[in-house]
Amino acid sequence: MKKLFQSDWVSRSIDALFPVFATLAALLVGAIMLLFLKVNPLQAYGALWQGAFGTSNAFAETLVKATPLLLVGLGICISFRGDVINIGGEGQMIVGALLATWVGLTFTNLPGWFVITLAMLAGFVGGAIWGGIPGVLKAYFRVNEILSTVMMNAIAVQLMNFLLRGALIDPAQAQRASKIPQTARLLEVFHLPRLIPTRLHLGALIAVILAILVYILLWRTTWGYRIRAVGQNPHASRYAGIKVQRYVVLALLLSGAFAGLAGATQVFGVNYRMITDGSASGFTGGAGFNGIVAALFGQLHPIWSIPASILFGALLVGANSMQRVVQVPSAFVTALNGLVVVFVVSSEIWRQRRQRRRLSAAGQEEESLPPVTIEKVESMEKVQ
Amino acid sequence: MISDLFSVTVLIGILASGIRLATPYLYAAIGETFGQRSGVLNLGVEGQMLLGAFAAFYVTHTTGNLWLGVLTAMLVGALMGLAMAYVTVNLRAQQGISGIGFYLFGLGMSDLLFQKLLGSVETVQGFPKIYFPVLSKIPGIGEIFFNHNILVYGAYLLVPISWFVLNKTTLGLKIRSVGENPDAADSLGVNVARIRYFTIILGGTLSGIAGASLSTALLNVFQQNMTSGQGFIAVALVYFGAWRPVGVLGGALLFSLINSLQLWVQVLNIPIPSEIAVMMPYVLTILVLVVTVSRVRAPAALTKPFEREN
Repeated sequence: MKKLFQSDWVSRSIDALFPVFATLAALLVGAIMLLFLKVNPLQAYGALWQGAFGTSNAFAETLVKATPLLLVGLGICISFRGDVINIGGEGQMIVGALLATWVGLTFTNLPGWFVITLAMLAGFVGGAIWGGIPGVLKAYFRVNEILSTVMMNAIAVQLMNFLLRGALIDPAQAQRASKIPQTARLLEVFHLPRLIPTRLHLGALIAVILAILVYILLWRTTWGYRIRAVGQNPHASRYAGIKVQRYVVLALLLSGAFAGLAGATQVFGVNYRMITDGSASGFTGGAGFNGIVAALFGQLHPIWSIPASILFGALLVGANSMQRVVQVPSAFVTALNGLVVVFVVSSEIWRQRRQRRRLSAAGQEEESLPPVTIEKVESMEKVQ
Repeated sequence: MISDLFSVTVLIGILASGIRLATPYLYAAIGETFGQRSGVLNLGVEGQMLLGAFAAFYVTHTTGNLWLGVLTAMLVGALMGLAMAYVTVNLRAQQGISGIGFYLFGLGMSDLLFQKLLGSVETVQGFPKIYFPVLSKIPGIGEIFFNHNILVYGAYLLVPISWFVLNKTTLGLKIRSVGENPDAADSLGVNVARIRYFTIILGGTLSGIAGASLSTALLNVFQQNMTSGQGFIAVALVYFGAWRPVGVLGGALLFSLINSLQLWVQVLNIPIPSEIAVMMPYVLTILVLVVTVSRVRAPAALTKPFEREN
């Protein structure tokens, strides 16, 4: 394997560029859309670039937006590698954030570093619970995880609205007629420290460190090996003595945990309170979905997910400046994100062809790719 | 008060609005059933619905012609289906993920067009209720069954039609065989790609109508993200209904009736927090999935791209 890697690393690097080509193609389609809107695409994309990378402040904003995408994306790397499709990132972020916020608002007489640590753990646990439930439902009751995670998203939104309008509401808002669903502000000592004099906070660093840890988890530990084995071939895994159901639960649980942490860092690093407009994206900013996009773009590899998250963070930040400069609603970038996803998954076929050709040239067995299919688990269930 | 819920007028109201609310789920879920029976999971339903809802609303708003609006929605849905078919059949892309891509595209695009072309929330005169002589006048029954608009009846009509097509026609046999064993179907001369194109485009068209039913028959407005997850629920209902139109009907009705009950709970000021009430249909759907799904097997080739062995 090592020899192979050295012999054709050029060819492999070209493979890694496929998502980039696909993105360029999507941007091209986006440019045509902009022309229909009677906007100069160069000017629009220029404003987007300027807004995302133009100043150090802008770049810091990009990294701030990239942080939850990376954290959610890390969870996605784990679950999709385990052949479990977790679409519940939004709900898991919300529940993680709720639990973390509760910690931050309750233990106000404890030292800052301690409460921050506790709150991040609470976020992790909250997300793990919200991901673990669909995991158990899938492994032991054969409920399709796509459906259960979607349902869990809807439930989490209502839970959030219920708590932010009730038990956790900002006492100041409770007295006003407006009753904005938000909690009280966290104490200053509970804010995640900022890294440089911008809004960039410690969460970004935590996310990068975790990316490395997830890499180690997936490729250097037994747990990670088993998650991937179950994802690639549940049949063989079962015959090899792996408790498949347990690793399905673990994959969803960990996936949810990272999303929950993303939610906690949003509260403790960015808003310093939990606030929503009554919808999921009112709190998450859509990170639960966009994190999936980022992870896929990073080819479900934790380290590659870092630049991928920065790219999509940049798109989100740039969208705002594009709206200001050329009056294109930021919804355009949502549509563009969708196109990027479609183009990137569509480009897989060429990458796979290249890989096949290369491996047959090297006289090796076909390398299996991270499969994201339901049928494997379905067939796995038949064995049970 | 809780006891208000059990008065006859309220019960009639719950049943009538439950039947009405099932409309978008039925269109979208029946369309998705065709796709999944042929082996394709389309997670982009929500995006197709949103674009359909906008198209129908915009055309109705500018031309005043409701049918032209529905037709445009069907066309938009079909085009989204065509794109989805190309990506999943020809390029053999992962279906779940490309579906999310199409969802995001529809979500952003419908919002973008809404802001650029309309700018503010407007209303249209939606499809009128159909008056049945005598029947609509029957106390109770008339209110529940004979007091809806044409799109509502269309949705229910779709159930026996799709049952017939799937189970009693050659086309249905081909669809099912492609979903169960595409290799065998292919060797018997069934054009797998063509069948899948057909079902995915049909699914898109029906999702378009589902969106149109929201914006021109039930709510008569368009707002960004107005489907708020209904497309995903529709996909869930297909699993719920075990890939059979009648099962889908049962799921859609159950979900909508609980939803309708929930709305009435709020209308009547019953002291249950509205958030908890809104949550209930989702919680119950998960519970029902736990009880039912385990007995049924999905189409064997679901989410598997078809590639001819050379």
